Amino acid sequence: MNVLELKNLGIQFGGLHAVEDLNVTIREGELYGLIGPNGAGKTTVFNLITGVYKPTVGSIFLCGKDITGKPTAEINRAGIARTFQNIRLFSEMTVRDNVKVGLMNEYPYSVFSAILRLPSYRKAEKAMNEKADKLLSIFDLGDSADLLAANLSYGKQRKLEIARALATEPKLLLLDEPAAGMNPQETEELMSTIRFVRDEFKVTILLIEHDMRLVSGICEELTVLNFGRELAQGPTAEVLRDPRVVTAYLGE
Amino acid sequence: MKKKLSPAFRDKLVTSGIVVVFFALCLILTAAGATSNQFRGLIVPIAIYIILAVSLNLTVGVLGELSLGHAGFMCVGAYVGSIVSLLLGDVIENGYLRFPIALLCGGVIAGVFGFLIGIPVLRLRGDYLAIVTLAFGEVIKTIVRNLYIATDAAGLHINFTAIADMDLDPDTQKIIVNGAMGISGSPRDSKMWIAALLVLLTVVVVMNLVDSRAGRAFMSVRDNVIAAESVGVPVVRYKLLAFSVSAFFAGIAGVLYSHNLSSISPSTFDYNLSIMILVYVVLGGIGSIRGSIIAAALLYALPELLRALNTYRMVIYAVILITMMILNNNEKFKGKLSRFSPKTLLDRMKRKGGDRI
Repeated sequence: MNVLELKNLGIQFGGLHAVEDLNVTIREGELYGLIGPNGAGKTTVFNLITGVYKPTVGSIFLCGKDITGKPTAEINRAGIARTFQNIRLFSEMTVRDNVKVGLMNEYPYSVFSAILRLPSYRKAEKAMNEKADKLLSIFDLGDSADLLAANLSYGKQRKLEIARALATEPKLLLLDEPAAGMNPQETEELMSTIRFVRDEFKVTILLIEHDMRLVSGICEELTVLNFGRELAQGPTAEVLRDPRVVTAYLGE
Repeated sequence: MKKKLSPAFRDKLVTSGIVVVFFALCLILTAAGATSNQFRGLIVPIAIYIILAVSLNLTVGVLGELSLGHAGFMCVGAYVGSIVSLLLGDVIENGYLRFPIALLCGGVIAGVFGFLIGIPVLRLRGDYLAIVTLAFGEVIKTIVRNLYIATDAAGLHINFTAIADMDLDPDTQKIIVNGAMGISGSPRDSKMWIAALLVLLTVVVVMNLVDSRAGRAFMSVRDNVIAAESVGVPVVRYKLLAFSVSAFFAGIAGVLYSHNLSSISPSTFDYNLSIMILVYVVLGGIGSIRGSIIAAALLYALPELLRALNTYRMVIYAVILITMMILNNNEKFKGKLSRFSPKTLLDRMKRKGGDRI
């Protein structure tokens, strides 16, 4: 089954075609990479998929359902979660609460039961705490659960972002440069984490990355963007050999 | 060993403890006749300003939206509460029966105003709420300054020109709202213990709300809207909820206010009042409920207690405000202060006990 389909997707900012005529199909369980030089429009594609921007043309399908132009929160509830290139955590909240924000749609209770501390509140909060702590321990954040997110190290903040995204039980996880700022050893660790996440949470992953070792190491399929247009598409090894891709990255 | 309390719960216990102890002391001292007239007069206003500061903190500190019209919501509550009380005055003689109705009406109507203002404004990002609430405060003030309500045998009369235009029956007429003169003759239903109870209610409701799914949603919006949306938080809905609850309690405070004085006038609910409440919130620590309580109580009482110094009163008040502001942002001072916090003292005692063994 196709988890994500982008059909003829495009967006214009004034006269600038930031993304143009993009067609991508991602199958269930796939690890898909979106690469390209700086300014190619990769993050714009993420912002289009998650509804931060509304596309000027084209459509986006999640598991066959049209989600084009829907509000961001609704798209998340439909099954797409993401991380951000410049980390966006709830920095003045604890690590556990960051994850619990992600869990809020799964364990609903009314405002009144919160104010009156009714059993439904206690039950949902207990379940939420257990789930949050389980997620945190998977990402080695169990010891930091009561710290403020702002006080975590950079690497842990990246992990927390993934944990928070997974708390919303997505079908599709978008990772925006997960290896940015990591050393080779951390990148190595991250690669196994991403594979683990895919298998453990049965989630399809689309990632943006500059680190070619990570891309060639874990991505099964690639789309290369250049100036907002598709430059090449297909299995990773093939695409990376493509002379046009090499030129785009390294120059003539 | 006793089950360890969660830090959030212990925090709430301490905060409500402070409220209970403070007002219990006030009530006991008053009952024993140990308080001065001046001090007795301060207790209900202190309660009112605590409610205002705590509720504004929900919008400013927890949700992260700036509101400059809290006095406007207080005004709505004050007027609605007094009108209800005066209209019901002949029907329900018992103040203890009538006052809850006035409180509920004042709070709910203020909350509805908050909701209606929030619908267009809270969809936008940026400081629009500050601008619109600022205008709202002034608009409400102007409306009530020109509002005339009276009853006579023929029923209820409302207009925006003058009482004289109403052709009231002189034998049965009863003026309720008299334009710029405001409302006089509201029953003095704001008893000290009711005010204390309402403070406790406000504090507990706000704290329980903050420590819940909704509260986490508020804070996520404050910390990062885009990220909040990306994990499925319906941002506008939660902004509206926080802002309406905040307006509701401002309305409650307004009802308390109008039933504490024999007359209220529209000019009370001006911009300065909104700013004063904001000052309490900021100096008490943005987002800290306990800070708002302490700051509101101290900073409201201070100018009153300094009255003896008459001319120098506001100078000293200003110096204290500035000192608080500077110390609030001084890490060194905070570090020194935290050495004397109950938690550190307790830890130190424990460690000493451990050494002995």
